[in-house]
This record gives sequence, structure tokens and C-alpha cells, in this order.
Amino acid sequence: MMASRANRRAAAAARNRLLPEGRVAGPMPWIIAIMMFLTILSAAAGLGLSASVRSMSADLAGRASVQVVEANAQARDRLAAQALRTLRDARDVRSADPVDPALLADQLRPWLGDAATSGDLPVPALIDVMLTPGDADGKVDRLRRQLGALSPRLRIEPHAAFLLPLAGLLTALGWLAAGVVVLMVLATGAVVVLAARGAHDSHRGTIDVLHLMGSTDVQIARLFQRRIGLDAFLGSALGFSFAILVIILIGLRLSAMGSDLLGAVTLDTRAWMILAVLPVLGVTLAMLTARWTVLRTLGRSL
Amino acid sequence: MTAIVQFENVGLRYGLDSETLSDVSFSFASGGFYFLTGASGAGKTSLLKLLYLAQRPSRGVIRLFGEDVVTLPRDRLPGFRRRIGVVFQDFRLVPHLSAYDNIALPLRVAGMEESEIDAPVAEMLNWVGLGDRGQARPATLSGGEQQRVAIARAVIGRPEILVADEPTGNVDSDMARRLMTLFEALNRLGTTIVVATHDLPLIAQVKGAQMMKLDKGRLADPTGMLRYPPRPQDRQ
Repeated sequence: MMASRANRRAAAAARNRLLPEGRVAGPMPWIIAIMMFLTILSAAAGLGLSASVRSMSADLAGRASVQVVEANAQARDRLAAQALRTLRDARDVRSADPVDPALLADQLRPWLGDAATSGDLPVPALIDVMLTPGDADGKVDRLRRQLGALSPRLRIEPHAAFLLPLAGLLTALGWLAAGVVVLMVLATGAVVVLAARGAHDSHRGTIDVLHLMGSTDVQIARLFQRRIGLDAFLGSALGFSFAILVIILIGLRLSAMGSDLLGAVTLDTRAWMILAVLPVLGVTLAMLTARWTVLRTLGRSL
Repeated sequence: MTAIVQFENVGLRYGLDSETLSDVSFSFASGGFYFLTGASGAGKTSLLKLLYLAQRPSRGVIRLFGEDVVTLPRDRLPGFRRRIGVVFQDFRLVPHLSAYDNIALPLRVAGMEESEIDAPVAEMLNWVGLGDRGQARPATLSGGEQQRVAIARAVIGRPEILVADEPTGNVDSDMARRLMTLFEALNRLGTTIVVATHDLPLIAQVKGAQMMKLDKGRLADPTGMLRYPPRPQDRQ
């Protein structure tokens, strides 16, 4: 057992000696590291945005706001109370909560200044409505009819209606990130093809000798495959580590901002697993590309 | 006596140039010792390239070990190449490998276990008088030493045919004689030896060896005795 392990180690050392140049000697591991870094960041952005769109869609699909557009404050409060009762009695509504006027005023203060809290401005009352799951559009239509029967000054707006463009933008950004990942994969493949061809050219003398001694194409391709696989492994590990560090730092900054929207850009366990698989795929891709390139090149010789 | 090599009307042309070899027909008997002579540019190296399967002919038939190798698929060539040892004119030692690793190459290519490689390589290094230079890189070896490494590498796999292109071109007459003695020893063990040289006194040293002369890509005596080589035991 020990002897066979030593034997394997000696065989591997002999194979490694056939193609010289130490690890991390050439540009290949560094290029792979940069590619992997950018791939992981793009993939993380895509996955985070997709999670955010999913969470936003789930949120938006079941939520609506009821506005009480009444200039008279007393009438507005009365109408708001009536609307609240109606909503809470409706079977399509899971919960209905009035939005604190102070909170509303706070949000308006950047545009209206102190006038927002003076009471002189007729700011509509708002009721935040959470619908029961399923057929949000139909439920909103039914509630619109019920509230319309109470007063024409009651308006219901599904959140999806005004956040839809944002969700569309986030989805587009998510696809853009996915596109960048695909481009990175193609670029990595191209880099490996060039590296394998370069290595093949610079070792042509050794390869010719091996061929004439009876080496098969597969034996020779394996040498390059192993060598490029090791370079890709080192580069991927480096790029992945840095990318994860950057993602963690960005995550900390996002959560410190306290924004609901940005807070939704999160990576769940599935997303982390996908990110972890990317370097493995990168190394596999590099090895297969190197093998294919060398076999193709050797196939053109005798 | 079985023919181990057969050429029938072989022609070789590089690109659109005129033929480097034309209508070459001969056969080598298994266990024979053959010299290939001719002036520089006569086509000796081209003929040897066809013999050790570095090149396919433009026309004609080449049979090695009884099989037509001209139409042989690429993936079957390695098996044939492993049965042929080659001493290249320029040695073609792998520059970044030690003498030991260079000699061990054919065994590693053949998939031999590392534990089984050490003894034959050490024996071969001693055989060519380089027992203490195993870890030396080719660049640190003299021309003669490099040549001996190349010869050791060519014979370590006990090939059925040994092809040597100008093996004495870089060595003094004493070393040339010793190399021929090595080749004769191998020949006695059953290896068919084919040596390209224009060193006629060298040919005279090997008793019973047959000579084939190339002139401008053609055999000088295409109907000569090489077509029907005598048995090795009749060579004396």
C-alpha cells in the first residue's frame, strides 16, 4: 500500500518534470484568478438581484395601499376608520393597518419641509393592506368596488403597479449579470485554449520525442490537462476567496444602510452553494478545454 | 527469414517539391544489421523517418512487422513506435530532464511502474559508461555523452528495430568503435539494426552487415542483395 502510494507519487513527479515551469510561474493562474473573481461577483449580483426580485414580487403581489383623499381632516379620519373596518371585515384581506401619519409626514419632509407636519397641507391618510394569498388582481378589484361604494374618495392601489418598473429593472440587471457570467465562462475557455496552444508550441520538441517513442495523444493531452488544471485550481481558489471577501464586505455595507429594497438583495444557502460550485466548474472547464485543444492540435500531426 | 521491414515502390515528396525518395523497394530481415549510406541530401534521414513512422510516404507500401503502416489509423501508430528505438542525428534529448529521466522516458511512455524503472535505467547508464552522470542535464554533458544517453534511451525498451541516424557523427573514432560494439551486442540479442552513415570505414568494422546506398533519393542498386537479405547466421 505504502509502496504503491510512493510509486504513484514518483510517477506523478516524473510526469510533472516532463512539462517544466513551476506553479504560478506564468500568467495563467493570475488570469484565471481575475476571471473567477469577476465571475463570482457577477454571479453573486445576479443571484442577489434575483432573490430581491422574488422577494419583492412575493411582497408586492399580496400588498396594496388604500388612500383616503379628503381635504377635511375630520372627514378624512372618519372615512379612514370606515375603510379600515370594511377592509378588516373583507375575507380577501389578511391584515389592514393604518400608516402612522407621523411616519408619512417624515417621508414627505424632504420635499415639503415642516409644512408636512403643520396640518395645513391635506396629506391623504394611508392604509396598508395585506391580501390573502392568490389572485391579487381579482381581490383588489373586489375591494375597489367595496371601497367605491363607501366613498369615491377612497382609492386602492396594488403595490405591484408602481413597483413593477423597478422589478423589471432588477430582473434586467439580473439577466445582465447572468450574461456577464456566460461571457466570463467563454473568455476563460478562450484563455485556456490560447494557453494550451502556447504550452503545446513551447513544448513541441518534447511532444515530438514522446510521440516518436509511442506516446498516445491521450497520454500527452493528460500532461497538459493536469498542468492547466493545477493552474486553474490555484487561480480559481484565489479569485473565489477574494470575491467572497468582497461580497461579505458589500453585504455588511448594505445591511448597515437599513434600506428595505437593498436589504432584499441577499444570498440564500442555494445561492452560496451555486457560488461555491463555480470554481469547481471553472477548473473542470479549464481541464476539458485544455484536453480538447491539445487533442485537436495533436490530431493534425502524424 | 522473416522480413521485419518492407518498402515497395515508396516515394516521398515534401509539399510540391520533386520527390525526395523515389521508387524505393527493399526488405530487412528480422535480426539483421544494415547500413544506409549516401551523400548528404541523398534521402537517408527521410528514409529513416518513414521507417520510424515520423512521416507517411506519398506513395508506395511500407510494411513493418508484417503490417501495412501506410494505411494504419493514427491511433495504432504508438503501438508500432514502441517497437522501434531511434537514435536521432541531433539526439533530441529533452533538455529539462536529467540523463536518468531521458533514458527512462520510453519505459514511462509504455506505462511501466516507477518501482520497475530504476534498475534497468541504472543498468543502462552503466552500460553506456554514464553511471555517475544520471542526474546531469543534457546541456552539461559532452556531445559524446549526450549521444550515449540518446542510444541508451533508444535501446532501453528492448526495441525490435533500432534506427540510428549518423550515430557516430559527433564522436571520435574510439567512441565510434565502442558504439558499434554496443550495436553489435544488441544485434546479437535479436534487435534489427539500421544505421544511416557515410562513414565507410565504420561499416567495414561490422562483419556481415549489409549496406544499402541511396543516391538522389533512389537506391543505387535496387536489385541488389538487400532485396533478399541473407540470414544473420550466414553473414559470417
